[in-house]
Amino acid sequence: MKARQKRMIFVGLAVLGVGAASALALSALNSNIAYFFSPSQVLANEAPPGHVFRLGGLVTPGTMTREEDGLTVKFDVTDNAETVTVAYTGILPDLFSEGQGVVTKGRLGNDGIFYAEEVLAKHDEEYMPPEVADTLQTAHASGVGESVSASSIPGASN
Amino acid sequence: MALNWFRFAAPASFYPIAGRLVPVFWVLTAVLLLVGLYWGFFETPDRLGGSNPQKEYYRIIFIHVPAAWMSMWLYVVMVGWAAIGLVFNTRLSFMMANAVAPTGAIFTFLALWTGSFWGRPSWGTYWDWDPRLTTELILFFMYIGYIALHSAIDDTRRADRAAALLAIVGLVMVPLIFWSINCPDPSQCAALHQRSNLTQIEGNILFAMLMVALAFWMYSFATTLMRLRSIILTREAENTWVRDLVSKGGRP
Repeated sequence: MKARQKRMIFVGLAVLGVGAASALALSALNSNIAYFFSPSQVLANEAPPGHVFRLGGLVTPGTMTREEDGLTVKFDVTDNAETVTVAYTGILPDLFSEGQGVVTKGRLGNDGIFYAEEVLAKHDEEYMPPEVADTLQTAHASGVGESVSASSIPGASN
Repeated sequence: MALNWFRFAAPASFYPIAGRLVPVFWVLTAVLLLVGLYWGFFETPDRLGGSNPQKEYYRIIFIHVPAAWMSMWLYVVMVGWAAIGLVFNTRLSFMMANAVAPTGAIFTFLALWTGSFWGRPSWGTYWDWDPRLTTELILFFMYIGYIALHSAIDDTRRADRAAALLAIVGLVMVPLIFWSINCPDPSQCAALHQRSNLTQIEGNILFAMLMVALAFWMYSFATTLMRLRSIILTREAENTWVRDLVSKGGRP
């Protein structure tokens, strides 16, 4: 019995140690993971100049323009404080849309435009059919302010 | 009523029980999978709307999410059996951990593979070193490492203990996968993979997903028990009950 109890304590301690390691790693992940730079950080020159880095934020609604070659797009990425214009040549991912989150990889040009080699779209946890999503959005908007008409809500029509 | 649970811990008495359970689990797998897939293909919307307007390819979640759940759950089950084996020195527990590992590895691979297929059209990339994707990949390596370490050591008892320790150390990945993206503030969530929230999923989509998850669970029972039976026979090959079984033509 003695040996079994010893082994039990040993295994218990091992699991505790593993749990502690997990908790430490999680807090590290949440606090200081440098997955991308925000526009504010880029304008404050925190991003490495001349190197490839990631820029993340929200696509500012109404800023997306397509160049004459039909492939190059330009849009503004914002963190609601600062804004950086991004130029990208290629096919945009399916979930890319104005007002949504985006992560781009590329270099900052001397003209202040971020030339992206890759554009990744972010999605969210909502899995709803279009009709339900529209109803939810309209209901939310009318709950927030009676004066806001449903037609003026961005995104309500998609 | 004192039921002696250790009676079932003897491989000789568990072997026939496992044999009777296997067909039950296969039937449950087939029924649940049929319901889940039918519901997933025919009773769910063809496309999503709102802030997450995915097209038909969103149906990959009916395989992807259950596979990812099983990959984490089976690792916990495997570590549980390994720990019981270490503490009580029961042969069957180690065999159980051994039998779970390949199924867990398959589900981990399936989660990574389907996620990659889904990621290309929606995010715009097959792979990214996002916290959840990276930790899930490491979980896959932990399964492979467990299987490899066990088969690299000839002495079965040593192999059992060494692999069990490795499995316990690898348990660190499961909470990391689970909580790596469920941080409270989405703007601070520096990850591609989305947060999960079952209340934000439409009822039919959720139902199909849960049915497939149950089917995968039953599948795990069926394959694990089948594998367990062959492990029992291999390891107990020198015992009289196995010889009797073989001389009777293999029927328990």
